[in-house]
Amino acid sequence: MNIGYYPGCALHGSSDDYEESLRACLRALDVQLQEIDEWICCGATAAHALNQKLSTALPARNLALAERGGFGEMLAPCPMCSMQLIKAQKALAGNEGLRREMSGIVELEVRGTTRVLNLIQVFEQVGLDRLKAALKSPLKSLSAACYYGCLLTRPPDVVEFDDCEQPRSMEAFLTALGAKTVDWSYRTECCGGGMTLASEETVLDLSHKILSNAAAHGANCLVVACPMCHVNLDMKQPDIERRYGVRHGLVIYYLSDVVGMALGLPESALGINRHFVGKA
Amino acid sequence: MSRIGVFICWCGENIARTVDVDALAQEVSKFPGVRCAMNYKYVCSDPGQALVREKIAAEKLDAVVIASCSPHMHLKTFRRAAQLAGLNPYKVEMANIREHCSWVHHDRAKATAKAASLIRLSVEKARLDHELQPIRVPVTRRALVIGGGVAGIQAALDIADAGYEVVMVEREPSIGGKMAGLSETFPTLDCSQCILTPRMVEVGQHPRIKLYSYSEVERVEGYIGNFTITIRQKARYVDISKCTGCGDCWSVCPLKRNKSEFDYGMGVRASIYVPFPQAVPARPVIDAKTCAKIIRNGCGLCEKKCKAGAINFQDTDKLVEEKVGAVVVATGYKLYDIGEKQDKASLAGYGEYGYGQYKDVIDSLQFERLLSASGPTNGVLKRPSDGAEPKNVVFISCVGSRDNAKGLPYCSKICCMYTAKHAMLYKHKVHDGQAHVFYMDIRAGGKGYEEFVRRAIEQDGAKYYRGRVSKITQEDGKLVVRGADTLAGVPITVEADLVVLAAAMRPADGVAELAQKLNVGYDEFGFLLESHPKLRPVETNAAGVFVCGACQAPKDIPESVAQASAAASKVAVTFAADELMREPEIAGINEQTCVACYACLRACPYHAIEQAEVRTPRGVFVKHTARVNPGLCMGCGTCVAVCPSKSADLEGFTEQQIYAMVESLV
Ligand SMILES: Cc1cc2nc3c(=O)[nH]c(=O)nc-3n(C[C@H](O)[C@H](O)[C@H](O)COP(=O)(O)OP(=O)(O)OC[C@H]3O[C@@H](n4cnc5c(N)ncnc54)[C@H](O)[C@@H]3O)c2cc1C
Repeated sequence: MNIGYYPGCALHGSSDDYEESLRACLRALDVQLQEIDEWICCGATAAHALNQKLSTALPARNLALAERGGFGEMLAPCPMCSMQLIKAQKALAGNEGLRREMSGIVELEVRGTTRVLNLIQVFEQVGLDRLKAALKSPLKSLSAACYYGCLLTRPPDVVEFDDCEQPRSMEAFLTALGAKTVDWSYRTECCGGGMTLASEETVLDLSHKILSNAAAHGANCLVVACPMCHVNLDMKQPDIERRYGVRHGLVIYYLSDVVGMALGLPESALGINRHFVGKA
Repeated sequence: MSRIGVFICWCGENIARTVDVDALAQEVSKFPGVRCAMNYKYVCSDPGQALVREKIAAEKLDAVVIASCSPHMHLKTFRRAAQLAGLNPYKVEMANIREHCSWVHHDRAKATAKAASLIRLSVEKARLDHELQPIRVPVTRRALVIGGGVAGIQAALDIADAGYEVVMVEREPSIGGKMAGLSETFPTLDCSQCILTPRMVEVGQHPRIKLYSYSEVERVEGYIGNFTITIRQKARYVDISKCTGCGDCWSVCPLKRNKSEFDYGMGVRASIYVPFPQAVPARPVIDAKTCAKIIRNGCGLCEKKCKAGAINFQDTDKLVEEKVGAVVVATGYKLYDIGEKQDKASLAGYGEYGYGQYKDVIDSLQFERLLSASGPTNGVLKRPSDGAEPKNVVFISCVGSRDNAKGLPYCSKICCMYTAKHAMLYKHKVHDGQAHVFYMDIRAGGKGYEEFVRRAIEQDGAKYYRGRVSKITQEDGKLVVRGADTLAGVPITVEADLVVLAAAMRPADGVAELAQKLNVGYDEFGFLLESHPKLRPVETNAAGVFVCGACQAPKDIPESVAQASAAASKVAVTFAADELMREPEIAGINEQTCVACYACLRACPYHAIEQAEVRTPRGVFVKHTARVNPGLCMGCGTCVAVCPSKSADLEGFTEQQIYAMVESLV
């Protein structure tokens, strides 16, 4: 399988462990990622707060680049990126005038024909059967709380992915790979996202609630598919523990970490050794 | 040569403003066959009608054309006027120069010309009108009531007390409907069962009511005054004519832990059971899905124990026929399912409230059972998960209702009231408890209703928050309910022990199939359609079929009962005449030319065409033919359009008339 790859800023910056992990994991599954040439920022939260046109134009250029590269499908592992890309795509699809206007602005013909996938969807394309066949070391010791965060399934009309309030798609993989998953309440709550800069307290509070609820339901780790969630739950975990005087000690895995581990890849190949919270 | 009178109405200003009525009358008077043409300010008024009558007599008119509004509005009026003057009422035609002309045009000259053309058409039609006689059909003075909830019960008793026989079909083992399971009822808080069960007993004992419980309507044939209903009596495995209702069978049944339908899964029942102690008929039924004898020829204890010999494991469904003259549909409602599975793709469900997977998140009817003295907890308030007394209860209104994202835009109307009732009754049972209500608007229109809600807030201390709940999570054995108070502008979190969802009211399962059998319309949500929302609220478009109760729209008990009595009175009106009159504008088949291809039979939406034989007076077979049943034909004309041999025609709109009208224009 050969698909386009839109890393977004996070996977080339603060979350390059995520990139390392998913590249290694997908390589083992024979999925070739081809990075989109000259990709630019997706606009994320900043653009749509400032300028509607800009918030469509930025993802539109990326979509145009993907089309130019001839990609039918493109992985955007950061849920913020995939949401922005899909939102732009839907806006363009319904509006020929906008499509022409955007093509002019981004100086590239954009049609919006490339399908944007999140990481879970790429694994879904690989298929449970192939994953099970490639399973080398079942994840017996994991009791995982699958955490989707706020953006992977929302807005539901845009991303059209899983049940937006009670998603279960990650659980399906974890169980297939021999892990236990816990039934818990904070699957789709907000971790605080980018609020770190404006109000760190908010992030610590929200993330603390998520970690506590996971632990209370018997989890010994969390599995995420969003770079921002990982930062807040992993990197900030020592701060959280200090502030609330508790010890969580919960390892935060990317989905590709656990799939990679199940395929027999060493933790170092997946960048797990670079996480802040290690195994207890 | 015809002698047609044309009467052009000004409709006050409505027509005269745009159409030059004087010029029009002049022009029309020159049309061939027109004896006289005149205009008048309001032809429908008393003096207007008198003018029509006078002219019919004075000019010896043989047909009349009224150029005014839509025939839906006043055709009946003018037919009556013509009849009074001795003219056959079916020789009256209308030209709609209001809706079809003056209301939709501005240019006076063009509108006047168009009005002339419209009148020309009607004149041509009137020239070829036949004198028709209304069709008389005999009436079977017996009514069928489908559904034995409070609405069906009320309708049945009213009809029976008026002196007519009633056949009631209820699909559950007992009549009573939802009301039998309610605790106390707003706005007066009288005990639901105390006021309902005497009415149920009355139905059971009424000499003129024949009750088919645990039965459904299988087939409907015939037409107003003359329906033949086939009823499926589901296998009950208990012969209710032998059974004494002693209760030996259900006390001996070892399988006592089946979820009780009557308690909405909050309580349990045996495999042979009476749904609730006051059931009518107070006779048990065996649940074939769980009975060990029926599943695997085991057990059989109830049979051994039954002194009356009423148990019959070989029982099968039986079909019986009943003849009735009118039908009342009272099939009621169900609630929006708070679980994950929805019966329609357009309904989204409530993942944010856990899809009802949290044991202590229940729907409002389940809460009624917890409150009810005859409920699974004998009226002691215990939450389902662990039986603890809930100290904080959250009520969420509009679950499903008024929410396009969840699939139902309409207001379920009664939830504001029963939620206030719930908050109140809860406080009466748990004095140190706190009720929290999240609402969108409080809709309490009705006698004593607003006062009732104020009482819940002011006397019983219910906390009302105007806002929605975004999420319910479970933490440390508590339900954490997060929502917004939009009046205070703050987010709110309540740690609750029990959450009650006021789920939207939807029509009962299977109502669409039933409506199709009866030729009754229903809306996109499945509620049955009345034939006019204001003026014909209990009639339907199928003659002789009436609706009442929550199957027509969400409504409370007082409204259901009022509507049921209205439906009963319409049935009594239907039965009051010796014969029923139907409009004669129906199809007929020329049996000489019919080639018996039966294209019409297949096309007829009312199943009004049958296969017949033409025989000589001595009974010698001549040929096959199609034949119209005048009782069923609604005069739609579909058969005329499909008949390849041109043997079908429609009285009051014959092919000849249509050709004449078209020719007059070209
Ligand atoms: C939680 C809650 C609390 C309420 N509290 C109050 C209150 O305090 N005061 C008040 O005024 N109202 C209250 N109501 C409203 C009340 O329940 C209804 O107004 C009333 O029950 C409507 O009566 P019905 O006969 O139309 O329908 P139902 O009670 O639903 O009865 C319909 C009957 O038809 C039967 N049926 C359905 N389909 C078929 C079929 N195809 N063939 C044969 N039989 C069929 C059903 O089995 C049922 O017996 C409450 C409603 C709810 C949900």
